[in-house]
Amino acid sequence: MSIRSTFTAPKNFNTVALTLMAIGVLSITGLWVTSGSSTDPHEQARFWASLLQNSVYFLLVVNAAMFFMCITTLAWGGWQMSFRRVPEAISAVVPVIGVICAAILLAIVFGDNHTIYHWTDAEHVKHDAILSHKKGFLNKTFFAVVTILTVLLWSVLGWKMRQLSRSIDNEPLATMEERKKYIFTNTVWAALYLVVFALTVMSSLPWLWLMSIDAHWYSTMYSWYTFASTFVSGVALIALFVVFLKNNGYLEYTNDEHIHDLGKFMFAFSVFWTYLWFSQFMLIWYANIPEETIYFQPRAHGIYKGIFWMMFLINFIAPLLVLMRRSAKRNYGTITFMALVIIFGHWLDFYQMVFPAVSPDKVPNIIYDLGVALGFVGLIMYFTGRALAKAPLLARNHPFLKESLIHHT
Amino acid sequence: MAKKKFIVGNFTDEAVLFPAVKKVRHAGYKLHDVFTPFPIHGLDQEMGLRDTSLHTAGFIYGITGTSTAVGFITWALTIDWAINFGGKPYFSLPAWIPVIFELTVLFAAVGMVLTFCWLSELAPFVKKDHFSPRSTDDTFVMAIECTSATNEEEAVKFLQAAGATDVKVETKETGWWLGDYSNDKMRFA
Repeated sequence: MSIRSTFTAPKNFNTVALTLMAIGVLSITGLWVTSGSSTDPHEQARFWASLLQNSVYFLLVVNAAMFFMCITTLAWGGWQMSFRRVPEAISAVVPVIGVICAAILLAIVFGDNHTIYHWTDAEHVKHDAILSHKKGFLNKTFFAVVTILTVLLWSVLGWKMRQLSRSIDNEPLATMEERKKYIFTNTVWAALYLVVFALTVMSSLPWLWLMSIDAHWYSTMYSWYTFASTFVSGVALIALFVVFLKNNGYLEYTNDEHIHDLGKFMFAFSVFWTYLWFSQFMLIWYANIPEETIYFQPRAHGIYKGIFWMMFLINFIAPLLVLMRRSAKRNYGTITFMALVIIFGHWLDFYQMVFPAVSPDKVPNIIYDLGVALGFVGLIMYFTGRALAKAPLLARNHPFLKESLIHHT
Repeated sequence: MAKKKFIVGNFTDEAVLFPAVKKVRHAGYKLHDVFTPFPIHGLDQEMGLRDTSLHTAGFIYGITGTSTAVGFITWALTIDWAINFGGKPYFSLPAWIPVIFELTVLFAAVGMVLTFCWLSELAPFVKKDHFSPRSTDDTFVMAIECTSATNEEEAVKFLQAAGATDVKVETKETGWWLGDYSNDKMRFA
């Protein structure tokens, strides 16, 4: 087989992506007919909550590819260079899902329905001591500004990182000085992105977007836990695309060693996620204060019990036991399977973050939400495929490329 | 305790060492070991060593730690000396997880360190014969074991041709002994 340096989508790739998107649109329509168009605000909330959960989850997952790029750049990592165009391509989806997500969030906040975000109801907040104390943080203006600014900054910085990477494709860096300067520029932009990332995903954003659904309750670990959830799924997504490209005869310099390292990331961050998940749970369980335990009541003991414990099983026990062996992390089949399991597991995690507060009396029909999720998967496939085709798959002039070629674990 | 004859050669460059290892194995010589001052990636595969089972041992030690912790705490806090902590049930798994985790790590870590020492025959007062003192300093030392089929002169020439310097035929002790290096009787027949 000849070496192919530019990606062209295989025959069925875009068909599958478009079919998935069609399923997504169909599910959204179905949801609209069954819940969204209803006059009951709780039914409407079920429709919007599904869009909220899916768009936020998949936005944070594709954004995790940005984090992966920037953190390895900042750490002067070289091992990922042979497949670095994959996270770059995934990061190109951030503006797309970002706009969708921002539109959905703003529609929820500025729509008149207060069932999802109770704090948007000004009349209610007046008589609610807790919510009126939180007014400085939980208000419509702040929410809108932060949401728009976040999506904007992620998109711009992502564009800058991709542009930096592609800028040397046809102009090799001749001298050591030039290479040093190039690495320094990359490091500065990566560091800038990480500051934004720390201020958004790692702190304020999950509080605003997700935790404020349970507006009275709070947990300082929540953002870290959300970050861990989406980062492990983001690495799983990168691994999926790398395996896909390998199977189609691309990425000739990416070998078992790189797959092994992605597997290690998936394993390690599954454990990290469990650590945060449990730390949040145990402190609340131990103190047993009613205003805190109210969060876990419907989840761990109520009607969401099944989803809650299933998500724990597939997010912790499965990666722990399956990915522990070295041979499992070097096997394309196992990595693909576990990546899918992890992405689904953390989607369930987000499901149990959002829905118990929105629909406390009955667990919604999850089929619709899975359909919406498939729509987002199609969106990610389509736009990542397009971004992959735009530039050569190997950043061939990057100073650290050799480190990746001789990478050995 | 067995004294054997070895062809010992020094290499100064990884780029020479790797092809040399390949050639030596290909020619059918019995490669005893390669001693290096620092770990070299990929050398174990090149030498045809099998993967270590140390992690399997580590997993078993970890599981042992987990069961020890769960078993002991359960026995202590539900059967032997049940105390009511803040109205929690006697069997309060979440509160024990940190202890269970720590004991798992402790068992796995200590067990693996001891197993590693045992496998590499490292312990206080245990002494082993050095093939070349330079393997602790600046060269990679390759030792080929002489069997009844080995022509020593030919093997020396072969190793020199493969890029080794300072090639010697030496008699070395392959086992370990207690005591010190001054014990000449132990070292040379």
